Amino acid sequence: MRPFAYDRPTTIADAVASGAQPETAFLGGGTNLLDLMKGNISRPARLVDVTRLPGLSTIEWLQDGGVRIGALVRNSDLAHDPRFANRFPSVAEALLSGASAQLRNAATAAGNVLQRTRCQYFYDAASVCNKRDPGTGCGAIGGLTRLHAVLGWSEHCIATHPSDFCVPLVALDAVVEIEGRAGRRDVPLEALHRLPGNTPERETVLEPGDVITAIRLPAEAAAYAGNARYLKVRERTSYAFAVVSAGAALRLDQGTIVSARLALGGVALKPWRARAAEDLLAGALPGATVFRDAAALALAEARPCGDNGFKIELARRIIVRALTLAAAGTPDRVPALPASPFALAPTQEVSAHV
Amino acid sequence: MSFDIALTINGLHRVVAIDDPRITLLDLLRERLDLTGTKKGCDRGQCGACTVLVDDRRVNSCLALAVSLDGAVVTTIEGVAHGDTLHPVQAAFIENDGLQCGFCTPGQIMSAIGLIREGLAGDDPERIREGMSGNLCRCGAYAGITEAILEAQARMQLEHKGEAA
Ligand SMILES: Cc1cc2nc3c(=O)[nH]c(=O)nc-3n(C[C@H](O)[C@H](O)[C@H](O)COP(=O)(O)OP(=O)(O)OC[C@H]3O[C@@H](n4cnc5c(N)ncnc54)[C@H](O)[C@@H]3O)c2cc1C
Ligand code: SF4
Ligand code: FES
Ligand code: FES
Repeated sequence: MRPFAYDRPTTIADAVASGAQPETAFLGGGTNLLDLMKGNISRPARLVDVTRLPGLSTIEWLQDGGVRIGALVRNSDLAHDPRFANRFPSVAEALLSGASAQLRNAATAAGNVLQRTRCQYFYDAASVCNKRDPGTGCGAIGGLTRLHAVLGWSEHCIATHPSDFCVPLVALDAVVEIEGRAGRRDVPLEALHRLPGNTPERETVLEPGDVITAIRLPAEAAAYAGNARYLKVRERTSYAFAVVSAGAALRLDQGTIVSARLALGGVALKPWRARAAEDLLAGALPGATVFRDAAALALAEARPCGDNGFKIELARRIIVRALTLAAAGTPDRVPALPASPFALAPTQEVSAHV
Repeated sequence: MSFDIALTINGLHRVVAIDDPRITLLDLLRERLDLTGTKKGCDRGQCGACTVLVDDRRVNSCLALAVSLDGAVVTTIEGVAHGDTLHPVQAAFIENDGLQCGFCTPGQIMSAIGLIREGLAGDDPERIREGMSGNLCRCGAYAGITEAILEAQARMQLEHKGEAA
């Protein structure tokens, strides 16, 4: 690991100024950054530890019914906050389906949103990678692409964004609060991550010095609480990244879908909102046919890269299943196996899984 | 640049000079403080062998920068027994064959103590297995580990009731 200088500011203004210096990275829980530094994939000369910044560790309920999640709120604390889990159950389920209990205890909300891709060629310093070393080529193209994109990719980079948390957040119109050299601004989460295009090394719209201070969910997002699920297919039941995932949420009135929210994970370099599918669902009666039509629409523009064409059909099926589960109603408690297709319905909760 | 950080480790207050900010909590414990019970498996957050409690919460010490933990209370496997009396989780691991080679065991036990403290898994083996998924065991002692946690938890609840009465 490259040696680095360490700074621990105690005001946001100092963090912004310190973070704006060249070759600097912010340190949250460190569970992604340190891993990358150990592999010499990230080589910052300075670390600015944001974990002592005041006022960023609380879940704040806003007057209008929305919520403001401080950037330093740990993933486990957010998922287990009873009021939060009650209002935004698919977000809690997504968090609990990610990483392990130990990692969730350390990982911060902002760090989760800004975690880097898990593309194995990006992680392997011996492979070429346009994201890590711009202009060298993409080692994944022609290689193993199970965890790679089927939407929004370019010939320069086919990586995916690995966060589970981001998927229901983007479906529910989350907004990211940023403090930077030009002051405070809000960016919709949907606009935070960039698609690769010609510049896969530019991952987000953040500028040097920009600190994420909070993530907000609007009051309307809580209207989906009764019918909101997250579903995630992975290579093993727990402690694995998504091959494909979906966050689905419905507002129902007397059996009819008033409005729908749908986003996909594991398919693109950003959490992928499926707005056309949402529009199709609005006004419909829930059912297999309309769910299948919505799924087809969500993947209409999908293209395989290499041998990952199976992900397109898998994503369609995960969407149908997530919508079906959402229509059936949010369970009172997050299932024993969060977001798992192997989780039994609450009425079947006997231990069949050995 | 050197940083002095204050840590309470297994009840002992210590001021530790960190001469290189790259040092992880795991390396600090093992290489500088002679607390080698905490194991290094992957060193990348993937196996759980390095699990310790920081401020009563289980974390992977291999992905925690020591300098960032200034002021924290750390509990390692060396700090859970009372003299010669094993912690109920330690005793239950032995009674239920929750180990074979033992390499993952300190991490498993610290993680189990954290899990029981969180109090969310109840006595559902499926929730216990899910809650312990961050701890890998190459010897595959999983069945015994789950049994051990169920038993230890039940015993700790009884003892707790006994104390309250
Ligand atoms: C073995 C393993 C399995 C995992 N499995 C999953 C999984 O299944 N699903 C999943 O979603 N995730 C998974 N993760 C990833 C995990 O969720 C992330 O590592 C974690 O959320 C990152 O949070 P952190 O606070 O530790 O971030 P850090 O590592 O501290 O930071 C991550 C990035 O965010 C930047 N940053 C942090 N805070 C701020 C801020 N306030 N403002 C601006 N920039 C900031 C840092 O500079 C860095 O670039 C896994 C990780 C590991 C090691
Ligand atoms: S897919 Fe992107 S991150 Fe992976 S090797 Fe290619 S350029 Fe790098
Ligand atoms: S050594 Fe820390 S998780 Fe493997
Ligand atoms: S007992 Fe050998 S690795 Fe678990």
